[in-house]
Amino acid sequence: MPSKLKNSLSLFDWRQYIVYIAFVLVLIYFSITLAEEGFMTTGNILNIARQTAMISIMGVAMTFVIASKEIDLSVGSIAALSAITTALTMQQGLGMITAIIVGLATGLAVGFVNGYLVTKVAIPSFLVTLAMMMIARGVAMWLSGTAPVPILSENYIFLFGSGSVLGVPILLFWTLLIAIIGYIVMRKSVFGRQTLATGGNETAATFSGINTNRIKMTVFMASGMMAGLAGMLYAGRLQAGRFTFGEGDELSVIAAVILGGTSLFGGVGTVVGTVIGSVMIGTINNALILQGLDVSQQMVVQGAIIILAVAFGSKKRKS
Amino acid sequence: MNHTILRMKEIEKAFNGITVLDKVNFEVKTGEVHALMGGNGAGKSTLMKILTGVYQLDEGSIEIDGEYQQFSNPSDAEKVGVSMIFQEFSLIPKLTVAQNIYLHYEPRKAFGMINDKKMVSDSRKIIADMGISISPNDLVENISLGYWQMTEIAKALSKNTKILIMDEPTSTLTKSETKTLFSIIRRLKESGITIIYISHRMDEIFEVCDRITVLRNGTNVITASCADITMEALINNIVGGSMGQSLKWIERPIKENRKPILEVKHLQSGSRVKDVSFTLYEGEILGMAGLMGSGRSETVRAVFGVDAISGGEVHVRGSKKLIFSPKEAIQEGLGLVPEDRRSQGLVLEHSVKENTILPSLGALSRRQIIQNSQADEKVEALVKKLKVKTDDIHKTVSLLSGGNQQKLVLAKWLLNDTDILILDEPTSGVDIGAKAEIVEIIREIADSGKAVLVVSSEMTELLAMSDRILIMKDGEITSSIDRKEIKGEEEVERAIQVEK
Ligand SMILES: Nc1ncnc2c1ncn2[C@@H]1O[C@H](COP(=O)(O)OP(=O)(O)OP(=O)(O)O)[C@@H](O)[C@H]1O
Ligand SMILES: [Mg+2]
Repeated sequence: MPSKLKNSLSLFDWRQYIVYIAFVLVLIYFSITLAEEGFMTTGNILNIARQTAMISIMGVAMTFVIASKEIDLSVGSIAALSAITTALTMQQGLGMITAIIVGLATGLAVGFVNGYLVTKVAIPSFLVTLAMMMIARGVAMWLSGTAPVPILSENYIFLFGSGSVLGVPILLFWTLLIAIIGYIVMRKSVFGRQTLATGGNETAATFSGINTNRIKMTVFMASGMMAGLAGMLYAGRLQAGRFTFGEGDELSVIAAVILGGTSLFGGVGTVVGTVIGSVMIGTINNALILQGLDVSQQMVVQGAIIILAVAFGSKKRKS
Repeated sequence: MNHTILRMKEIEKAFNGITVLDKVNFEVKTGEVHALMGGNGAGKSTLMKILTGVYQLDEGSIEIDGEYQQFSNPSDAEKVGVSMIFQEFSLIPKLTVAQNIYLHYEPRKAFGMINDKKMVSDSRKIIADMGISISPNDLVENISLGYWQMTEIAKALSKNTKILIMDEPTSTLTKSETKTLFSIIRRLKESGITIIYISHRMDEIFEVCDRITVLRNGTNVITASCADITMEALINNIVGGSMGQSLKWIERPIKENRKPILEVKHLQSGSRVKDVSFTLYEGEILGMAGLMGSGRSETVRAVFGVDAISGGEVHVRGSKKLIFSPKEAIQEGLGLVPEDRRSQGLVLEHSVKENTILPSLGALSRRQIIQNSQADEKVEALVKKLKVKTDDIHKTVSLLSGGNQQKLVLAKWLLNDTDILILDEPTSGVDIGAKAEIVEIIREIADSGKAVLVVSSEMTELLAMSDRILIMKDGEITSSIDRKEIKGEEEVERAIQVEK
């Protein structure tokens, strides 16, 4: 009977793996059609890794935010603000270590304000972080006087952007480090379980003894701090802090998270999926550039991919 | 009366290769009230979901009024006159009763505008026909849970229903609401509507049903007329053999110098809890009886730190405690099985294991990392002990049957090993066999020196396990009666009534 066949087919829940399947297909397609443009060369692959590092890093933290049924639209702006504060600290001659602390603390502080407004003042995170997106970028513009703040520290530039170890770009190490931490926290730790429970059913989580406000607070602070780190990496790569860093990144980050299989409805979150989603978007963008498409066309394709991914992913909810 | 309105033949259904229904035959006659019974996970809800097009059958056929039918969704089924009131409610709290009744079928006037007047007057007529008094203009969130059920029925009636399926309608109803429901069922029956009635409550079945079909492990074991079958035979058919334990009271010895573990003094909270005082001792099972709305659930919510306390004190192990959240309550050794498993007890999209370990994550982890092998072991053991019917501990909870979901909420707190266990309607939706087993487990817990506070609307169950029963009326504890002194259910029933 066809219905029986359908049943055994559904044993393998292919929707869960749709991103991975799609990714492999896309890779195969591009490696054939773009062989001459050098798509599969080590150089280009490392290039993709470099281009997607910041999105991946912010995506790891965003996975927790979305899994807890919240959203953070301020990450791109936080990245810019942290890049500026880090660069300014070094410009003041306070040294690299201080600058790193200031950069991360900037992200953490903005994340704290986000979390405070969401949990204590009970404003929806969409609104809080939408406003924060403007405020943070505004402050970044103001602090920098809209001019780039140059970074001269060789060490900083090596560690946070342009360096490479044994031919592997340092940005890849950063991505792996954050992804592995994120993976362990999400899949193995108490905090990860509590985050998922908070997003899955906040009332039931509270009744189980979880302080859901504390979870949300932590998640926003982590998101702010990772956005700060991403901003510092932008600064290291371009050897300056600019208020324009990370413009529109919030959308790419959310796209990567959703593409990876994390549910916008909360309760489900996969860090590995997010990184793959981010690399996938980066790979497609890279291929489109190699194919000679411009930014406008890239945007159209990226938008289309998100709709397709979410359309496939959401069918599961209904049954 | 002898015409067969529904004939389901050789129905087969498997989920992910696991058979849930195996050649089930089910026939219903026009105008009868037909009880569908069976243990948790026997396949009752699944069979009815196949009938109404929520699920598709793998094999078999469905005949309604002599015509073969197979619905691909519930609204197709409604067009032919088959409506179901699900175990889970589908009402929208922010809408009025009338808006809910006519949801998606709103009567229209010119330009496609909703005809509110007609909607309200038609609703009023349906409600009046049912013989109950709710206003069509009330917001659903403001009416009692019992009336949600009535609204669901009104919703079904608005669609010219011929066959009405009710899946455990009384699990959220008070005694008097249940009476109202039965009189509605009788009225519907008189007007020629056929009713399929799923319930775990034996007395109800014999009160309203004409015939009974019992499912066990996905097959039908018997169909009989209510007049021809004894309660005992019915139970034996449901559990498949005779019942191991029965719901009888077993007197438990009371220790001489037992200490109070939880003292509640003049507690006030919200509008429902006015002045509640009681003491719970180590090793005691304390029952709490009262009508729905008397403030029992609100009392335990306040003690557990869910609702804010506006007056009075809570003492744990002799010292005064300020408990502001469930987290703090749990740290003091309290645990609560809440009244509504779906909204308060479970994260439905998470697995059996993930749900069960949620309150115990601290104990099951080392340096913040969850020890999975240890967790699996504990969850497996509990699933076995409570006979939760699930493929494995990684199955998504929303796919479990209602009664099995309820067992998991209990499992959460059994795993947590709490000293003071508070249970709010712990066996709602649980089958008769499992109910007796759960009562036995609760006795074991108390025997080990822990204290149990049970809120239950089921007198049989409450009387079977309690050492002492508190009577709650209108936000106050009016008396505390030793179980020994209670002769029968009627005595407690009388005590909880509010005299006017
Ligand atoms: N969509 C599904 N996917 C997988 N398994 C399912 C699904 N729906 C039901 N089941 C399984 O089918 C079995 C029968 O479930 P069903 O809900 O019909 O039981 P029930 O007789 O209504 O029990 P209860 O009295 O507890 O409500 C259960 O073991 C349940 O886990
Ligand atoms: Mg059921």
